Amino acid sequence: MLSMISGNGWALLGAALAVILAGCGSAYGVGVAGQAASGVVTEDPSKFAKVLIMQLLPGTQGIYGLLVAFITLSKVGLLGGGAAEIDVTTGLMILAACLPIGIVGLVSAIHQGKTSVAAIGIVAKKPDQFGKAMLFPAMVETYAILALLISILAITSI
Amino acid sequence: MSKTQYTYAVARIRALEVSLFSASVIEQLIACKDDEACLRFLQERGWGGTDVPMDADAILTREREKIWETIGEMHVDMDVFDVLSYASWFHNLKAAVKEVCTGKSGANIYYEGTPISGEEMVRIVKEKDYKALPENMQAAAEEAVDILLHSGDGQLCDVVIDRATMEAVKEAGRSSRDEIIRDYAESTVAVANIKIAVRASKTAKSLEFMKRAMAPCDTLNVDGLAHAALAGMDSIIEYLNGNGYAEAAEALKDSPSAFERWCDNRIIQTIKPQKSNPFSVGPLVAYVIARENEIKTVRIILTCKQNGLSDDSIRERVREMYV
Repeated sequence: MLSMISGNGWALLGAALAVILAGCGSAYGVGVAGQAASGVVTEDPSKFAKVLIMQLLPGTQGIYGLLVAFITLSKVGLLGGGAAEIDVTTGLMILAACLPIGIVGLVSAIHQGKTSVAAIGIVAKKPDQFGKAMLFPAMVETYAILALLISILAITSI
Repeated sequence: MSKTQYTYAVARIRALEVSLFSASVIEQLIACKDDEACLRFLQERGWGGTDVPMDADAILTREREKIWETIGEMHVDMDVFDVLSYASWFHNLKAAVKEVCTGKSGANIYYEGTPISGEEMVRIVKEKDYKALPENMQAAAEEAVDILLHSGDGQLCDVVIDRATMEAVKEAGRSSRDEIIRDYAESTVAVANIKIAVRASKTAKSLEFMKRAMAPCDTLNVDGLAHAALAGMDSIIEYLNGNGYAEAAEALKDSPSAFERWCDNRIIQTIKPQKSNPFSVGPLVAYVIARENEIKTVRIILTCKQNGLSDDSIRERVREMYV
């Protein structure tokens, strides 16, 4: 049944999942943090720069997903226009290699967004604690980076 | 609304909490020479407004209006805040019942901004159109009118409506999905029951009266509390000590004003965990309660200053601040 889709098809599905899942997570994270940032700026516009940085933190997962998708497309030759035929097994391996950043990107971006909201609350009340506040959502990033590394290493090793 | 729907509003509240009065600001207010200096201090901190005269009532009324203007701007479900206004709604019912049954009407005895205005409330009571009232008011309104017309007992009329208020608050807490509403309702009803027990004990009221006045709650057995009240103040203190209200017992031993202070502080302690809650309606409800507590505290200080009370006497009456 798996052979009904070509190797290139599976690889393309992997690239798509990396972009879609990580992108959806980032969209949620940046969106929810943006709501909190807007709330703070409504009352105190001077905190715009600080809360904007907090809002952007959950956006990185979407970029990681895009990066993995680029590497995947490059690997199968779809970017240059001369796509090489790859077998189903290789295509499925590439799909599996794309999943870490897709799934971890989705989950971590949602949680990073929520943590950013909480950190924006710190900045609203104690702007001098910006550095400490930023560390909390930044910690969540660790797991997105680990997933990114595994995805890149796996794709390039196939 | 899901919890994250309040994200904008909660962040805005966090920014507004910076301007809430802390204990040190209250201390500065107490240190002002007289009530006029207090009013100047308040105006310097943005209280009142450019078009508000330098008058305590005008400034405090404007501050209360600001609370609801701010919450209104956040476009959240306002029904959540109903439980905070039940006391005003039922007060209007009480005032209307007395006005209709005694024929005496006082000026400015009705709260404004309630779903049923004072005039409409008088019409409802006069025409006995109880179905026009919210469901949780209907039976109490009918009973209160009957009592006042047949026995003329104003105190019993008050007891019936006050109990209906507490039952409405408790029911709002029970049916709410928001933890803060549940906690607020429980604390409000428990504190009201303790107040009833203390006052009933001082005025030697009967067990039946107390049972009629008290509303059931989860953290206190009202039957036990009523029996303790019947035995005297020492029994109430002993009962409270053994039922998780040791601070109330301490305050009762201290002085009547310390007890009144504890009653308000208990509500503030109930809402304090909301300071670290980034989602849900909790921080919004807590902000409204905190602002009302702040206004009440400022009113106490201004009244004390007008009556020449010492700074220590004022401190004894000052409520705990949210921030």
